[in-house]
Amino acid sequence: MSSIISFREATKVFPAPRGRGREVRAVDGVSLDVREGEIFGVIGYSGAGKSTLVRLVNALETVTSGDVVVDGVSLASLGEARLRPVRAGIGMVFQQFNLLSSRTVAGNVAYPLEVAGWTRAQRDARVAELLEFVGIADKAGAYPSTLSGGQKQRVGIARALATNPRILLADEATSALDPETTQDVLALLQRVNRELGITVVVITHEMDVVRSICHRVAVMEHGRVVEVGEAYQVFSAPAHDVTRRFVATALRDRPSPAVLERLRTRHTGRIVTVGVDEVAGSSALITRVLREHGVDGTVVYGGITEVAERPYGSLTLELVGDAGAVEEAVVALRAVTLVDDHGRADR
Amino acid sequence: MTWDRLAPLLGEAFGQTAYMVLITLAVGGFLGLAIGLGLYLTRPGNLLANRLVFAVLNLAVNVVRPVPFIIFLVALGPLTRAVIGRTIGIEAFTFAMCFMASFVFARLVEQNLVTIDPGVVEAARAMGASPFRIVRTVLVPEALAPLILGYTFLFVGVLDMSAIGGYLGAGGLGDLAIVHGYRQYDWAVTAVVVVIIVLIVQLVQWLGNSLARRALRR
Ligand SMILES: Nc1ncnc2c1ncn2[C@@H]1O[C@H](COP(=O)(O)OP(=O)(O)O)[C@@H](O)[C@H]1O
Ligand SMILES: [Mg+2]
Repeated sequence: MSSIISFREATKVFPAPRGRGREVRAVDGVSLDVREGEIFGVIGYSGAGKSTLVRLVNALETVTSGDVVVDGVSLASLGEARLRPVRAGIGMVFQQFNLLSSRTVAGNVAYPLEVAGWTRAQRDARVAELLEFVGIADKAGAYPSTLSGGQKQRVGIARALATNPRILLADEATSALDPETTQDVLALLQRVNRELGITVVVITHEMDVVRSICHRVAVMEHGRVVEVGEAYQVFSAPAHDVTRRFVATALRDRPSPAVLERLRTRHTGRIVTVGVDEVAGSSALITRVLREHGVDGTVVYGGITEVAERPYGSLTLELVGDAGAVEEAVVALRAVTLVDDHGRADR
Repeated sequence: MTWDRLAPLLGEAFGQTAYMVLITLAVGGFLGLAIGLGLYLTRPGNLLANRLVFAVLNLAVNVVRPVPFIIFLVALGPLTRAVIGRTIGIEAFTFAMCFMASFVFARLVEQNLVTIDPGVVEAARAMGASPFRIVRTVLVPEALAPLILGYTFLFVGVLDMSAIGGYLGAGGLGDLAIVHGYRQYDWAVTAVVVVIIVLIVQLVQWLGNSLARRALRR
């Protein structure tokens, strides 16, 4: 797969405000490739530099050093006037929607088409088609102030798709929405990717967003990319502390020390936490291993969710049976998945 | 004074006021919008950020605006002579009004523009719109309602300025009221003029409000 966006040692430094304080290295030497046709996630806490990174792609900001190559065009070498057509070829949706309050829904969606010089008739036809695609054809004549958050973001997405861009940038596109609407909008972004073949770059601080739709993900901290790879890989085996914290927010499947204390007062057997994922321990596999060793496993804590549409999580089990058999069962489990052995309560 | 004698005087004074006010509204409205947009666009961090241009415009507005108009008239004398050729008369007076109105309106325009959500401007930029297009299709339409109200406010201010037209021999309704009421103790004339001015202001205010409301239908 070829890369459609390529960051090359991209760095963005904002000067210290009014000469006071320190300059901010918002993006610090990032090298990264986004592949054509994928949904690429960038996750990080507030201030990590995600927005600045994505704004480098459509040149709302320009690099201080390094380069960003979009569709084979090196942006660092282009002047403002030459950047405008590049921007027009990239769609962007925003957390706060940023719709023109003086225009109707149809007028908002037509805006980029006016910029691109489409005729009236072409615009009308395209607007109708887009509103149909995002599912708000009935709102064409409404003003944005009369719409719900989810409807506004649909308008935002329709507007971003208007000129048939090959790339869609979504900066916290669901962060202002409630959980249910978030799922609807994420599903829409997924359709944009699947049905229209558009490469989508999703910026978020919510693990749920990455978990639901991203194929690959980069984790950012202090302007740097600390981890990058397939979403499933990155989150099932997080190498960096920030990544681990994000994983923990998505799924509170592992018992905290306090929970473990309480489990021990209730369960006298050996307590182990086993990782459940697609490759290693499917829960069926775990059950089979235990049965083969004549050990009873009771689920006492845990959770399984989906990352990139594949199962992921952990189960905490109380193992009851002959001491030797339990020991062997734990060894056998270690062969198929990650095992955290919490031992037995000493009494 | 009888109505027969007053009517032609009123007619003449009304014509003079209309001349001064309409020209000032046209010129001041246009230049004020231009300077206001200039202030907004060149402000650090904005579309055409330029420290020098911003500082010059900002200083000009800050210096001109607070000067009482009657003093401003005198201070502007040399420039008025250079441009108009003389320092008295209705043209000279209107010139000074245009000057002041431009700067007053510039600040009003700028203050209304800064309330526009920067995100909307950013979205237009992201769609490849040029700064000129953004002015035309985003800034002015998005701030239209407050701009109309600001322009209405400017009208009242301009009418207010025109009242001292007599000072430079420019005539007008204000002059008529002052000359007859204050100097000749004919308060009836003053009362008639006051009523006319109040009616004009009411009418314009109503017009401005309803246009602004229509612009806000969203
Ligand atoms: N225009 C700007 N001027 C100065 N500093 C900025 C600007 N934009 C962002 N920053 C700073 O850069 C850092 C990264 O910001 P941002 O990219 O918005 O992070 P995120 O989107 O991950 O929250 C922050 O410290 C922020 O204050
Ligand atoms: Mg951000």
